[in-house]
Amino acid sequence: MMQAVLLPIALPMLAGALCMVFWFQPRLQTYLSILSAVLVMLSAVWLFALHAELGILVLQLGGWQAPFGISLVADTLAMSMVLIASIIYLGTLIFSLASQSKTSLRYGYLPLLNLMVAGVMGSFLTGDIFNLYVWFEIMLIASFGLLILGGEKAQLRGAIKYVAMNLLSSALFLTAIGLLYGMVGTLNMADVAVKLQAIEDQRLIIIVSMLFMVAFGIKAAAFPLFFWLPASYHTPAVAVSAVFAGLLTKVGVYVLFRFYTLIFTQDLDFTHHSILLWAGILTMVIGVLGAAAQMSIRRILSVHIISQIGYMLVALAIFSPLAIAGGIFYIIHNIVVKTNLFFISGIIYYQRGSYELKKLGGLYKDSPWLAIFFLLSALSLAGLPPLSGFFAKFIVISAIVAERDWWTLFFAVAVSLLTLFSMLKIWSYAFWGKKPEISEDSPMPRLTGQAYWMWVPVTFLAVTSLGMGLAAEFFFQYAQQAAYELLHPHHYIQAVLGE
Amino acid sequence: MSSYSLIIRTATAIMVPLLLLFSISLLIRGHDEPGGGFIAGLVASSAFSMYLFAFDADSTKKFLKVNSRILMGVGLLLAMIAGFIALAFGQEFLTAQWLYIALGNLGTLKLSTPLLFDIGVYLVVLGTVTTIIIALAKSEDA
Repeated sequence: MMQAVLLPIALPMLAGALCMVFWFQPRLQTYLSILSAVLVMLSAVWLFALHAELGILVLQLGGWQAPFGISLVADTLAMSMVLIASIIYLGTLIFSLASQSKTSLRYGYLPLLNLMVAGVMGSFLTGDIFNLYVWFEIMLIASFGLLILGGEKAQLRGAIKYVAMNLLSSALFLTAIGLLYGMVGTLNMADVAVKLQAIEDQRLIIIVSMLFMVAFGIKAAAFPLFFWLPASYHTPAVAVSAVFAGLLTKVGVYVLFRFYTLIFTQDLDFTHHSILLWAGILTMVIGVLGAAAQMSIRRILSVHIISQIGYMLVALAIFSPLAIAGGIFYIIHNIVVKTNLFFISGIIYYQRGSYELKKLGGLYKDSPWLAIFFLLSALSLAGLPPLSGFFAKFIVISAIVAERDWWTLFFAVAVSLLTLFSMLKIWSYAFWGKKPEISEDSPMPRLTGQAYWMWVPVTFLAVTSLGMGLAAEFFFQYAQQAAYELLHPHHYIQAVLGE
Repeated sequence: MSSYSLIIRTATAIMVPLLLLFSISLLIRGHDEPGGGFIAGLVASSAFSMYLFAFDADSTKKFLKVNSRILMGVGLLLAMIAGFIALAFGQEFLTAQWLYIALGNLGTLKLSTPLLFDIGVYLVVLGTVTTIIIALAKSEDA
């Protein structure tokens, strides 16, 4: 039964391989990918069922026992991430049915997307640090490909920054892995956590932990290492933007949550309460201010990703059970809402032919449903009740209040207000503004499939966000369970090492 | 057509079969001696790169017979199948499985899933490198 842990990685990878075999049959590729996405989703649900019965699920690949082989580990956090990622995976594929150009399909959109998802799933499930590095590389190489599909100048310009920063991050990651291996002679996360306790010189651990933090901070787009994100995320096809926004930066955050609860908890005052906390605060402030200055929907949303990452980092930095649970709730909520806002910007683009706020307007009259979905997602992002974002922010902010950290509280609330400002800016320009004259000579982007395929994921994600708000108690229980597992790492260690 | 010299073309005619044979020998000995799918795939792709230097992108494509992207897919598929075979025997994913075939005086032929995995790696590397060099050669021609 433990083989179930393998499925979320193996299925998209298999789909990617088959898509390459059937390189010249895009239609067949599409069916295969959608089938794989549905199966991944079901396997994630199966994981939850197994976890309820057996506790943390561990698979030792190749029959090699930990710490010698590679372990795949599914605890509550990993499973939740797998489930939400599979929903985004499926949603993106369905959205692509309508929006993805024939050229991009011919140049390998689907193989790349499947392999990227395999890399994301692998990063969530692996229990081995070097294996994590490999999954990161798979994810990155596939995402480089996705980013430049279409080959426009802006895309290449963005991609260069993206590639450069991510290579730097990979190099730092590898250096940190080398140092860590030199210190403890193992890379199995659970084993590392055990062996680090025996290291006398704590300063060495702090140095390695800082290297890891910088490496993952780049992936997560945390201050001051975020600038590759606004340079690149608004350039590719909108479905690609959406899946990047939903998944990629969150993988960085996920790994930070994993490492800084399981492995590097030696000097909380330094790593968490000072560095991570201030990095988090500055990330949210800079992100929201950057977004306020933008005048194009996709750019506003891209820069906003950064600000949201800040909340997650602050939650991790506070390091109380409530804060960690809030952070996890926040990650899940943010993946749903952010991806959906990108999808909605895509629908707007196909209706108006632009992302520029000044060229939009009158969408409220033309497309009331779109307005409703936008409002649901945008207000959720800003944190208004009864949507998912309200509870996400409420939990994190209660945790801040419980710590009596008034400065953090001030910034968290102020950033929240500014988020609302940015969302209302989009609302008042694009939806309430006057419909602009559409000049005949500017070419409208053409859909490649039926428009209703774009509405399916948008509707589903909007309802999910609403559901996460209305049934917050239910989701919060899982978040608390995940937080409990993270803050009591001996369960994880015991499950992996079997001692 | 390319304008490269007779010397390169003649050398290619001799080197390409040798390189391809060498790559297969590297692939097979890789299980317990230096070698393996990755390096063998690189050697094989160097054979095709040489062919590309002597002739041009289109004739290399023809020489390769299979589309190099499909090669990548098949390789990845083989490597994954090698992992899944263990599941059929109730063992963990990727556990090595062995098949011994007695060949009389010749000894025993040992077939295994690690070999299948290596063949997969070989094809992925070959497919990737040839895809890249053909694309580069084409963009230079254009």
